Amino acid sequence: MEKPFAITLDVGSSLANHTGSWRTKRPLYVDRLPPCNNACPAGENIQGWLFHAEAGNYEAAWRVLVQDNPMPAVMGRVCYHPCESSCNRGQFDEAVGINSVERFLGDEAIKQGWKFDAPPKASGKKVLIVGAGPSGLSAAYHLARLGHQVTIFEAGPFAGGMMRFGIPKYRLPREVLEAEIKRILDMGVVLKLNSRVDNILDSMKSAGFDAAFLAVGAHIGKRTFIPAGSAAKVLDAVGVLHSMEGEEKPMLGRRVVVYGGGNTAIDVARTAKRLGATEAIIVYRRTREKMPAHDFEVEEALQEGILIKWLSTIKQVSDAGALTIEKMALDDKGFPQPTGEFETLESDSLVLALGQDVDLSLLNGVPGLEIKDGVVQVSPALMTGYPGIFAGGDMVPSERTVTVAVGHGKKAARNIDAWLLGSSYEAAPKHELANYEKLNPWYYNDAPKTMRPMLETLRRQSTFDEVQGGLDESSAQFEARRCMSCGNCFECDNCYGVCPDNAVIKLGPGKRFEFNLDYCKGCGICVSECPCGAIKMVPEEV
Amino acid sequence: MPFQPVKFYQTGTFTVGNRLLAPEERTVQANMQRTNGLNSGHRACQGCGEALGARYAIDAAMRACNNQLVAANATGCLEVFSTPYPETSWQIPWIHSLFGNTAAVATGIAAALKVKGRREVRVVAQGGDGGTTDIGFGCLSGMFERNDDVLYICYDNEAYMNTGVQRSSATPPAARTATTMPVGVEPGNVFGQGKNVPQIAMAHNIPYVATATVADLHDLEYKVTKAMGMHGARYIHIFVPCPLGWGAASNDTIKLARLARETGLFAVYEAEHGEVTSVSKIRKRVPVEEYLKLQKRFVHLFGKTPATETIARIQAMADRNIRKFGLLEEEGV
Ligand SMILES: Cc1cc2nc3c(=O)[nH]c(=O)nc-3n(C[C@H](O)[C@H](O)[C@H](O)COP(=O)(O)OP(=O)(O)OC[C@H]3O[C@@H](n4cnc5c(N)ncnc54)[C@H](O)[C@@H]3O)c2cc1C
Ligand SMILES: Cc1ncc(C[n+]2csc(CCOP(=O)(O)OP(=O)(O)O)c2C)c(N)n1
Ligand code: SF4
Ligand SMILES: [Mg+2]
Repeated sequence: MEKPFAITLDVGSSLANHTGSWRTKRPLYVDRLPPCNNACPAGENIQGWLFHAEAGNYEAAWRVLVQDNPMPAVMGRVCYHPCESSCNRGQFDEAVGINSVERFLGDEAIKQGWKFDAPPKASGKKVLIVGAGPSGLSAAYHLARLGHQVTIFEAGPFAGGMMRFGIPKYRLPREVLEAEIKRILDMGVVLKLNSRVDNILDSMKSAGFDAAFLAVGAHIGKRTFIPAGSAAKVLDAVGVLHSMEGEEKPMLGRRVVVYGGGNTAIDVARTAKRLGATEAIIVYRRTREKMPAHDFEVEEALQEGILIKWLSTIKQVSDAGALTIEKMALDDKGFPQPTGEFETLESDSLVLALGQDVDLSLLNGVPGLEIKDGVVQVSPALMTGYPGIFAGGDMVPSERTVTVAVGHGKKAARNIDAWLLGSSYEAAPKHELANYEKLNPWYYNDAPKTMRPMLETLRRQSTFDEVQGGLDESSAQFEARRCMSCGNCFECDNCYGVCPDNAVIKLGPGKRFEFNLDYCKGCGICVSECPCGAIKMVPEEV
Repeated sequence: MPFQPVKFYQTGTFTVGNRLLAPEERTVQANMQRTNGLNSGHRACQGCGEALGARYAIDAAMRACNNQLVAANATGCLEVFSTPYPETSWQIPWIHSLFGNTAAVATGIAAALKVKGRREVRVVAQGGDGGTTDIGFGCLSGMFERNDDVLYICYDNEAYMNTGVQRSSATPPAARTATTMPVGVEPGNVFGQGKNVPQIAMAHNIPYVATATVADLHDLEYKVTKAMGMHGARYIHIFVPCPLGWGAASNDTIKLARLARETGLFAVYEAEHGEVTSVSKIRKRVPVEEYLKLQKRFVHLFGKTPATETIARIQAMADRNIRKFGLLEEEGV
């Protein structure tokens, strides 16, 4: 080519100049562990399912959710949501209403009739599950997904365990519970009702089971010695709640006193109120702050007119039901100590809600087991001291919640699967935690949490209608969109936009981004400006 | 009507894109097919705010005129790092003028295009703060006064960076530069009268004047697009932090631009025919220390005995801007 005066070289593009060689550090896309996921006892990928819900892909969201937990509609009602307590958004304005979105997805799945994927090819292995509570059902679901043939033996007339015979209807409507249980059974899980297992080794042998998962819960109401007249009506809380599911509702009278300070005490008192008690009084020996029941439950009970006597113990019950109450005072260490001051409280019945023990009789004669504090000890793989017998839920050391029970079911299923194959299950290593300091909160909008509607008090005092309502579609989506996607790319295009060297390649919707290391100079702006902390700088190898 | 942010979509329009926004609500920069008017391989420092601002502005301008764009570029970093002979990073016809005459060169290009009847081709002129507020100021004022059909973009990094960080009339008080060392009774640059070129541009009553920063891309693109929709002399002044010249971390470029706006030190607004038509409100007001502390050019204000009086004077400058432009959401009380 003929060149103009004084020009000796052809024009070239600066693309020939690989400025990436200047770099001493390089950016790296990472997936960090969101604190919600980290806190979920069932190991749900919360950020992962919220991501789909944000875009209105509710079925996709539900499908990610049920990879870990088969009962979102139940969870969205009874889970105590430790995810929300650790949600990073709580440090920004208010935690994301994860539980209410979960409920929305669960209800939507029931409404739309979404089914689980069909299980894979049968493995030929047979697993026995004892107890159809949340732990047993969760294990059954996960084992079925792994191709194993599962049979559940359940002592009672219905499946659900404490979700059916403990948690009252006004918190968990039975049609919701039944719909989610049915979906698990539809995978080919065999459920044998009214089939109590008296001896586990016999039951395993009888039908040639290769392994067993025990999840019998804790159903024996704890007693405490209170001198009582022979005509006094003293009941236990689990018994009362259990009979709520039968034909004959319990007769508690007009003045009902409940002794204890846990969730069960609250549920019994609220049930008594709904059965027509004019007064339902909880007697608890410590203070509100020390109460094991969750504060929101206490609050709901108070709203319904339940009375609570703090710092009080019951010393005696007369024939006519008069209770002698002793006032307590907290000592320096925060323990309640008797004061010698007494008062009398009239009652028609006294319900003891002092916790539950496990009925371990099915384990009689099984060698190698370790029982401590009334619960079965298990390995980190949830196996008991007897090879092939695993256990989880309330009968092993645990926090005793539905979610923990579901988590145990999943974990046990994975370990049983490995055990059946003669290997051991290795959980994937946990990613680094995406704590608040990893985020760039500037980019998030202020958006207050969406509150779920509550039933009016009058109906809460007289009916068993569900107290807490659900979110409609638009509020559920709004709530999902409050998620900051901690530690995981949500395709905001910030890295792609802020690079002064165009060294970020956008791969297209759903495909995220890639670095063009030919040009990346390693300035780190993408890392600083990533809202969710999904990029980090690592030293360049030299 | 200023740029209207979309709220409640997780990050709304604060981020470059956002998969939850409609494509037309995302920025030009979010687009997979963006033109990269200033291409990779340029020799700007790590984290250069000027390179970033130039790509932001030129890509938006290219979209607005269907890529029919010519640029005149003053001497300065932007010119030097993008076009070491015979390479170029520019994907548009681009002319390097002298340090001080870019506005005049652009005027000439616009006149030539007019004579040739090429009305679809648009002209931008670009330069640094030195080339704009100091040596090129006469040509710029002439271009304004004649209302020539040019969009002039000033990339303000507050000093003569290309020649080794000498003071310009846009250098802030107290800042250390190679020519304003932190010694003597008033260490760093003096508290002079200041020279606010956007305000001077407004005094010419030209069709459009705007300020912007690299921290708010939606706003920047909105302003470039708006300016490109008009004819006559238009001026956009973009605040572009310089990690090397300011002694800041290369990853803090956008953060610094954000803090300049959030402290009130750099007022972001637009004006038509000499009248302010909108201002970008401060979202989370912060004291000037937070901005100053990140930069070594202000390091002599801190340390064992902080120069509280000097810092207070800088804060007073920010407060004056806030009052003057009404930068806070709720005024008065
Ligand atoms: C009143 C009350 C309210 C509660 N509220 C909540 C709440 O809101 N949120 C929450 O997270 N947790 C709550 N919990 C705790 C929660 O219900 C339990 O932690 C959870 O149900 C334990 O699950 P699991 O599967 O281990 O046992 P369970 O749910 O107790 O199920 C065990 C099942 O095994 C069966 N079974 C027992 N022995 C045998 C046998 N030998 N053979 C065959 N079957 C047998 C039982 O009939 C039962 O169906 C509540 C508990 C109570 C009592
Ligand atoms: C007439 C003239 N004087 C001095 C110079 C040397 N020179 C080149 S660039 C520059 C400073 C540019 O500063 P600025 O315009 O702020 O741009 P920056 O490099 O900071 O982006 C100077 C002084 C020159 N090229 N021409
Ligand atoms: S903001 Fe989202 S990802 Fe982060 S903790 Fe909360 S729910 Fe999880
Ligand atoms: Mg400059």
